[in-house]
Amino acid sequence: MTAINTPIRTEVPQEIPFNRTPRNWKKIGVIIAFSVIPVGLLVLFTYYPFIEMVKYSFYNMKYIGTPKWVGLNNYVAVFHRDDTLAALKLSLYYAAGSILQVLLALYLATVLSFKVVAGNFFKGALFFPYLINGIAVGFIFKFFFTRGYIFDSVLQWFGFNLNNLPYWLRDQAINNWSLVGTSLWRYLGQTVVLFIGAIMSIDSSLYEAAEIDGANKFQQFIHIILPSIKTILVLNVLLSITGSLSAFEAPFVITGGANGTATYFVLMDTIAHTNQKVGLASAMAIVLLGLILIAALIQKIIFKFAFRNSDDGVEDATKKLKKQRKMQRQRNRVNARSANLFRNGKRVHMAGATEKVVK
Amino acid sequence: MKALYSVKLFLIKFFKYFILIFFAFWMLLPVVSCLITAAKPDKEYQSTSIMQMPKNWFNFDNYIHAFKVSNMGVGFRNSFIVLVSVLILTTLIGTQLAYVLSRFRFPGNAVIRGMFTLAALLPGIAMQVAIYNLMGNMHLINTLYGYIFMMMGTDVISIYIFIQYFENIPVSLDESAIVDGASYWTIYSKILLPLLKPAIVTALILKGVGVYNEYYAANLYLQNKQTLGTIAISLYSFTGPMGSKYNMITAGVIITLLPALVLFLLFQKQIYNGIAAGAVKE
Repeated sequence: MTAINTPIRTEVPQEIPFNRTPRNWKKIGVIIAFSVIPVGLLVLFTYYPFIEMVKYSFYNMKYIGTPKWVGLNNYVAVFHRDDTLAALKLSLYYAAGSILQVLLALYLATVLSFKVVAGNFFKGALFFPYLINGIAVGFIFKFFFTRGYIFDSVLQWFGFNLNNLPYWLRDQAINNWSLVGTSLWRYLGQTVVLFIGAIMSIDSSLYEAAEIDGANKFQQFIHIILPSIKTILVLNVLLSITGSLSAFEAPFVITGGANGTATYFVLMDTIAHTNQKVGLASAMAIVLLGLILIAALIQKIIFKFAFRNSDDGVEDATKKLKKQRKMQRQRNRVNARSANLFRNGKRVHMAGATEKVVK
Repeated sequence: MKALYSVKLFLIKFFKYFILIFFAFWMLLPVVSCLITAAKPDKEYQSTSIMQMPKNWFNFDNYIHAFKVSNMGVGFRNSFIVLVSVLILTTLIGTQLAYVLSRFRFPGNAVIRGMFTLAALLPGIAMQVAIYNLMGNMHLINTLYGYIFMMMGTDVISIYIFIQYFENIPVSLDESAIVDGASYWTIYSKILLPLLKPAIVTALILKGVGVYNEYYAANLYLQNKQTLGTIAISLYSFTGPMGSKYNMITAGVIITLLPALVLFLLFQKQIYNGIAAGAVKE
């Protein structure tokens, strides 16, 4: 390129033009320029408020007025108030729901990743509720579960008697399951699509190899699919645990937290913004965070244990491949440098290049 | 033996389709029932059974009425402004961060990744107690740009998607560009960003849905609902006195989900194939 565009020079320049600034400085520049805004936003809207919240949790305070230091009283209150304890128990329902969701999504994603009649229709039908506004979902299911309306009508088609059916949103034995069902309806498709994405990125030659080796579909699932989507699976379980502890929209819109459906967040919202007990609400948030961290830790240990054997072949093969590629790149790099030793038909000395070749 | 094998195969297949149809039915039923009810005028709604098909499917009176009553014109305008600004800005900073994190080894790399993973654990709504104070101190309450600024806090899922996708694009592509004298900006904007398009579409849809559907923070920070309300706030106005006029509420619900549905039908392929293997294979 340079030979064509620039006039032929009689003297070779001392430095190569595009190498004038050391790449290291450019690298530092690009790292700072590209990460300062997102990290700054993260600190401003996540970590700074978090530190503030820790501070608030030791005070008895409202949004306006002088705060009063109360030490650990707010934390004591979180574990002694009936409403907070009931709300914590409630999140177990949502945790059960979210585990069911991940398992169902794993099955559906595996099925839909391979050839299925009308696969796109099923994917679309599963995913589409995720696009619906949380408030709209609330209205839809308020309508859906109303006595004698949609859900009851459909159950009657299948031979149920209306008199034997409970009030789905009022009966305390069942109403939380109805709300969990709503969350499942809304988020199942999203999890399925994320899993499908991960499964699709698996090299298809692995299945062929496994088939030649006589592995059946289930073995392929255990030994190829599961280890390959480990990261996204862990992330999803993590997010669903967080989600279940922080379930909010469904109970907020559908029942308004009445009849024993006030989840931790619904309760916290009332305490923070209606009762204006900012200190107590902050303590609740910190406790919630602690619980989430514990859940994440336990889960990480469990996953490490569960996957201790499964990543034998695939992991090793991937590592080997990566190592090979890295070595190839190293060779390419050296070759590229030595290729640049000639410019404008004359030999150019490039710092460091020759030693590398010698090595 | 062979017959037994094929019976087993048939059963597996039957089970597979049974499950799929079962789920598709329950997924579609709530929305279809909304469509049925939304087409019924008041009199028909009160006199007929709830799952009975409407006499006239193309009765749009409820839709028009719902649109006017809940001030959806303003809602759509504001949601549109917020959506476009947030999406452009978050995609820009998200892909840049993912580029840096996936392509450079530097001391802070693991720290930044860790910060984002930890942030995913911090429950969003819980933080609003403190963020509310912060927004108040910055005089950002009751402004659309303040809300946009707050919504820009990058979400971890799209960064994960970007990083995963970047790692599927071979580094040799960067290296050959470097050899040709390209700057890092050129590599990012001219080479990697176009290859990242499927991942961007996926992340855009996920983030876009989140922003379009956001209610809690909008309700908290856009208190002047007549002029600043988003579509979720318009829809929420159906609670209260109109709480049992379901033929109108369902019409409102259908209106709000239409834009999302259209977008989904247009970009369906991109989102499914988006996360699939990298564009270049070594």
